[in-house]
Amino acid sequence: MTRVERRNTRNALLFASPFVLGFFVIYAYPLVMTFVYSLQRYNVIRPPVWIGADNYHRLLFEDPRFWKSLYNTLYFTAFSVPLGLALALGLAMLLSLKVRGQAIYRTIFFLPTIVPIVASSVLWLWVLNAQNGLLNTTIEAIFGVQGPGWLADEHWSKPALILMSFWSVGGPMVIFLAGLADVPQSLYEVADIDGAGPFRKFRNVTLPMITPVILFNLVIGLINSFQYFTQVYVMTNGKGEPVDSTMFYALYLYRNSFYYLDMGYGSAMALIMFLVILAATVGVMISSKRWVHYHGD
Amino acid sequence: MATRPVYRLFAHAMLIAASLLFLAPFAWMVSTSLKHESRIFSKPGEPPQWIPRTDRIDANGNQLVTYQDQTAVNLGRNEDGRYILDLDGSQVSASGEEFVVQQEIELHWENYAEAFRIIDFPRNLRNTLFVCFTVVIGTVLSCSLVAYSFSRIEWPGRDLCFILVLATMMLPYQVMLIPLFVLYKNLGWTGTFKPLIVPAFLGTPFYIFLLRQFFMGIPQDLSAAARIDGCSEFGIYARIIMPLSKPALATTALFMFLFQWGDFLNPLVFLQDDRQYTLALALQQFQSQHESLWGPLMAMSTVITVPVILLFFLTQRTFIQGITLTGLKG
Repeated sequence: MTRVERRNTRNALLFASPFVLGFFVIYAYPLVMTFVYSLQRYNVIRPPVWIGADNYHRLLFEDPRFWKSLYNTLYFTAFSVPLGLALALGLAMLLSLKVRGQAIYRTIFFLPTIVPIVASSVLWLWVLNAQNGLLNTTIEAIFGVQGPGWLADEHWSKPALILMSFWSVGGPMVIFLAGLADVPQSLYEVADIDGAGPFRKFRNVTLPMITPVILFNLVIGLINSFQYFTQVYVMTNGKGEPVDSTMFYALYLYRNSFYYLDMGYGSAMALIMFLVILAATVGVMISSKRWVHYHGD
Repeated sequence: MATRPVYRLFAHAMLIAASLLFLAPFAWMVSTSLKHESRIFSKPGEPPQWIPRTDRIDANGNQLVTYQDQTAVNLGRNEDGRYILDLDGSQVSASGEEFVVQQEIELHWENYAEAFRIIDFPRNLRNTLFVCFTVVIGTVLSCSLVAYSFSRIEWPGRDLCFILVLATMMLPYQVMLIPLFVLYKNLGWTGTFKPLIVPAFLGTPFYIFLLRQFFMGIPQDLSAAARIDGCSEFGIYARIIMPLSKPALATTALFMFLFQWGDFLNPLVFLQDDRQYTLALALQQFQSQHESLWGPLMAMSTVITVPVILLFFLTQRTFIQGITLTGLKG
């Protein structure tokens, strides 16, 4: 190493030192410890006891609630992520037509995403209120029928949360909007010459060109959806009711760890969550080779 | 996209319809926060009431109604179920369909007073602002330093290490949460603001990424010239790069402030005493203890939401640019 290289490396390490520390203390060490705790019985108060794979055995074979929470989370993800992305893309496409007042519409669609989640959850608890909520009073005034019980009904509670999740599609929408703006205008002109209508232009030009953005939004959407917590904690007072129909994975993890103080069990759940998210992300990335088109910039 | 007028018209119609749907919950929140208790719960079949109104009454507490374009006083029903109306001193009987109950707009600000009585608003606001500002300072400081190392200094293994930074961004927070809790508990930090604040000074991968992207765009010649003039690395950081990066730093500060303002999981896990609660946690506690006080609950939700909306309107351009910068130009 030359003198300059040595000086550079020393400086670089100095500048990066906050995150060098942060990387080990906030990410690497906890990740390892989550694995260690998952092999122990540990309630913070008494010293941990090694129990091997017992926590995993309990989770996978003796705890129907674990499977229920996984099912609920997958159910929610399977609907809220793809439908949410479709809605976000639809709104972005309408906005990209450059109609008058575009900036105002964009602001309106984006606004819900900056509302503190606790506030929006309390608000939606009221919107979805079975007797007096905005949704059911509107349904009754227009159609003259009583709307479903939403959060009070085990069959409607997840659809209610999925519906609520559509209110915050503004984040992916803004990213889609930027992606749409990057599609070269010349491609549309060529399509015009070929006599393509709006539907074929969407199918053969827009959609292939924005697949990288779809991939990005999809991965972020999946990761966030698996960690879905605050909304359901606030709206069910941390209970995941009715009949465990809103006992989501992250909520059950929280309850085991900080309510029952079963940190070992919670750690095993955390590790499984990590593996599920990793598998989903890797799966999407591998499949993306077949459907994502990168156009050289 | 070239658009024919008919598509434009269609787009407008769709956008207006969607906007109304997106705005409706906000309007409903503010509207409920200003309603009298008796008007919050609607009668069956009655459409949602958007503007808080109450029935007009006279000095004796009787309803005022409009009957044949005149104002009359509703004295109640007689034995056949018809209403007795006092029309300028003369009494007439009318069926329910023949008159309309007069209503007036009435805003019930006492919902806000009630909410402030239930939660210690000044204290919770102070806690929130303290945590928000400290975290913003910590994040801007640490992330800009780290981002500088990853963009303005050449060192072996830099790009490989940067991939590691990006990889940590993908780690779900719940995977680290339990060991962090144990660590903070052993340090005696639980029940203090430290678990919320100290990590911010150690850098956050997302903002390191954002700032690095921005720093990369600043010509390296500027640094080279400063080095020839004998400027130290820290001098280049403090006097050249930081002043040139105000937009990216503002985005970082803004995002972090908004995140911290609304953060729920960390305060829930790490704070113990309600005197330390942040606004988000205080609102959740309020909701869990008074589930049906919808007026004050909506008042509190409005109070927490309005500042971030104002902040958003003041900084909109920074905001949208920041999102697209990080979202796409990776």
